[in-house]
Amino acid sequence: MAITADHIKDKLTKELAAVHVDVEDTSQNRCAASFKVLVVSPQFEGKQLLQRHRMVNTCLADELKEIHAFEQKTFTPEQWEKQKAQ
Amino acid sequence: MNTFIKITARCLRSGAQAYLPRQADGRAWSAPARFLCASADPTKDLGEIVKKDKVVVFMKGTPAQPMCGFSNAVVQILRMHGVDQYAAYNVLEDQDLRQGVKDFSNWPTIPQVYFNGEFVGGCDILLQMHQNGDLVEELQKLGISSALLNAEKESK
Repeated sequence: MAITADHIKDKLTKELAAVHVDVEDTSQNRCAASFKVLVVSPQFEGKQLLQRHRMVNTCLADELKEIHAFEQKTFTPEQWEKQKAQ
Repeated sequence: MNTFIKITARCLRSGAQAYLPRQADGRAWSAPARFLCASADPTKDLGEIVKKDKVVVFMKGTPAQPMCGFSNAVVQILRMHGVDQYAAYNVLEDQDLRQGVKDFSNWPTIPQVYFNGEFVGGCDILLQMHQNGDLVEELQKLGISSALLNAEKESK
């Protein structure tokens, strides 16, 4: 199964009730499947960084078996608004 | 059992030197790396490995010569905070360690950072902690005074 940015985006949106997801396919910079994701979800509220990242990892558990490199940024909707304003 | 024999054989052939965790300046720890060669249970040893030192990093390459951009980022961030004494394990030297540490942490990628035996995260998390000031605080809890904290104090 070829993992695409859209597939990842859909999965994250559905399973994490994300209000905003950006997925960048960074594979051309490396020799194997690599992705950079940005996820904004109210489900991250009150959760530590590590917990949030684990939520994303769990959501993409199957895909991550194939993916070689993975970067992620997680925000709550409130943090995302602040981030955009900067 | 086969893995154990393979690891032991590889160890005996190449000498334990290659498997020694290295200090940040590239010098090998003087304690023998028997735990990587002699045990048939990598998970149990990882439990001990991450508690042996305050700061433990599983990375690709060594602090003196990182072999991956993310691993390098972790090394650079720690260096910025003046943390040069830490245990660094090169997963490229040992495929069993590379997979073992992913299973142990339940985390899919390398590098992996541990503070006081507790998993902190990978490069992304360390970077965010560095940017938002959490890293200085976490290091203080370990009894490590960050170089950046000292710099701040001096400028006040």
